[in-house]
Amino acid sequence: MMEFRKEFFADDRDDDLVTIGQPVRRQDILGHVTGRSPFYDDHLFEGLLHIRCARAPHHHARIRRIDTSEAERMPGVVRVLTGRDVPRNLNTLLSLLDFGLDDEPILAETKTAYRGEPVAAVIAETEAQARDAVLKVRVDWEELPHVLDPEESLKPGAPVVCDVYPLNRFVYHGKYDHQKLRYGDVEAAFAAADHIVEGRYQMSPIEQAPIETCGAIAAPEVNDRYVCYTGTQGLFFSLGTAAKVLQMPSSRLHFVGGTVGGGFGGKVDSVHEPIAILGAMLTARPCKFAWDREEEMQVGAPRGAERWYIKDAVARDGRILARKFTGYFDAGAYTRLSSYAVIKSVGHLPGPYTIPNVSADVYCVYTNRTPSTAMRGFGITGVDFAIECHMDKVAETVGMNPIDLRILNAYRDGDMKAHRRVAKNCALVECCQVVADKAGVTLAAEARDATSLTGGGGARGELPAFTRTDDHGRVEGFDTGSYARKGGTAPASASPPRSPVPARAEGQRASAGGSMPPADAARSRAPAQPQPAPQAPVQPPASAAQVPPASERTAQPGAARRAGALRFSSLSGFRRR
Amino acid sequence: MAKKPVTFTLNGAERAAFADDGENLLQFLRRGVGDLGPKYGCGQGSCGACTVLVDGAPHLSCLMLAEAVAGRRVETVSGLARDGALHPLQEAFMDGFAAQCGYCTPGMLMAAKALLDRNPRPSRDEVVEAIGGNLCRCTGYAPIIEAILAAAERRATA
Repeated sequence: MMEFRKEFFADDRDDDLVTIGQPVRRQDILGHVTGRSPFYDDHLFEGLLHIRCARAPHHHARIRRIDTSEAERMPGVVRVLTGRDVPRNLNTLLSLLDFGLDDEPILAETKTAYRGEPVAAVIAETEAQARDAVLKVRVDWEELPHVLDPEESLKPGAPVVCDVYPLNRFVYHGKYDHQKLRYGDVEAAFAAADHIVEGRYQMSPIEQAPIETCGAIAAPEVNDRYVCYTGTQGLFFSLGTAAKVLQMPSSRLHFVGGTVGGGFGGKVDSVHEPIAILGAMLTARPCKFAWDREEEMQVGAPRGAERWYIKDAVARDGRILARKFTGYFDAGAYTRLSSYAVIKSVGHLPGPYTIPNVSADVYCVYTNRTPSTAMRGFGITGVDFAIECHMDKVAETVGMNPIDLRILNAYRDGDMKAHRRVAKNCALVECCQVVADKAGVTLAAEARDATSLTGGGGARGELPAFTRTDDHGRVEGFDTGSYARKGGTAPASASPPRSPVPARAEGQRASAGGSMPPADAARSRAPAQPQPAPQAPVQPPASAAQVPPASERTAQPGAARRAGALRFSSLSGFRRR
Repeated sequence: MAKKPVTFTLNGAERAAFADDGENLLQFLRRGVGDLGPKYGCGQGSCGACTVLVDGAPHLSCLMLAEAVAGRRVETVSGLARDGALHPLQEAFMDGFAAQCGYCTPGMLMAAKALLDRNPRPSRDEVVEAIGGNLCRCTGYAPIIEAILAAAERRATA
């Protein structure tokens, strides 16, 4: 039976908590039990085309040439897309939040950085025909040296995984090649400690494995719009991404979602939508792009691998006086959400314990593995595993019961946390006491009598008198005005957006002279990358930050209007610091 | 590609449709017949989301050729409610929070129906065995097992 002691959450909850422990009917349950919940693939379209991708067979390889001619002649093939068909073939999800640089092609053109990276998308009448034609896409590969371990990837001379981040690591705040936490002086505490306890911990990637695989269906709609049914977890993320990648205003995109057959993080940053919509634009027919189970497991972005080194200074009585972390998040070949996982992780350190000196250097590292992304508590669960293993090791070192040790070091109300916020509504002490009780473990008298409401605050609520800082990992050449904004120029690998020529509904190929590109597609080559200052939602044409140099602009009216996604940066909270 | 006419009974009604050569029952039901109840989860018989009943026995429709149901009786989740009344399994799943994302639910319900049709008062172990081929990645197995037992109880005492 779940126990919920309201006194520890009195500040947060003013209800009577009568729902806890009671079954509640879901609002969508009738659809689920009658099989009528509208998952994206439950929308039927006449003449639906199927998209499947040709993928890299190597961990890391240069593309010398892609030959789609044989695939195009295969039965049922309507069109074969390559990176040249994608209006803006460079993307990362969090650049929508002004966090990080676009670093990943939708369809690779010059090189692939992980096994399974897509290089071409075949559109055919049936899924089987698309599968057959994928085998006929010829790619002239030049294999490159690869690196699969994050620490190997950081060594000098390691292969460069992602050209946008040539040091193989994400750049934080435009300043550092890792995310830092400095609180107090760990080195002084190590010098004075009774015990030094060190440990190394690591976790493998984990696939989210939803029962519904990732996918989307797009179709031409009236008034020059496209409808897209999708299983995405982040409908507005997907809308923003599609608008950016396709270089069209989101008002031309009609997204329908909200019924997700399991996601667990793996459907947050999908690019099925822009590919399906591009297919619909270029064929004038409904297109479905869905992964099969093998793709879901092999190329679907998992929870990333992590490796942690923890070093504690411990007093003879079990108090932890300092804790130092060095962490490596394996982002795989591209950033996806790993940059954010590190931010979240460092905000969580040193775990739910009051430790007066804490230091952390945590790296988001690129390797030639499958890109990793969100999954249930990503950024927290991995390091929590490391921390709690380490707590057991500390307990063993000082000869204490591990539950007593946790209670001794647990946050109490009023304590200062390493990320400089005061702890409140703490309940770890009480949770440990319940665990000990259920497990039949006899606690020491002080641990049994401890509460989260007492013993905190006072000196424990003060910031350290001295915090040792350093310039380790300082990176030059990045603008500090915004997250990782590189000196005002687009990354070397960024290519100007291209204009897809939409097919006519009748199916004839539009001639170059007689067709207009989508009204907004060609109007700006301003890449959707971090900009130096927050901007008002509607940009006057004179805004220097939003308008590309005149020589790069098209002559179309309205050229200065922002193409692509809305910005959420003022809401994100990422801008601070 | 040759198309084959397939005549069968779907949820009590005579149906006839053309199946593509080599088309599996799952795609045939969804695209050919328009019954969207069975779901694609793996296409290789490992998840159970596509479970339907053929002549009362559970089958993985992704591994069965469409033409194999010619002249046979097929039941899907779409036919579970009759004349506006929900099946006791559906009621029990609703009451017991036995679905989260809902994607495995159609297959779970059909596997459970096959069990209750042949064994109206199964033990907990028999329920676990009956849904052993159906994966729920939201990991809601305990409420699902409870709901199936509750449905059996409800039917026995009704």
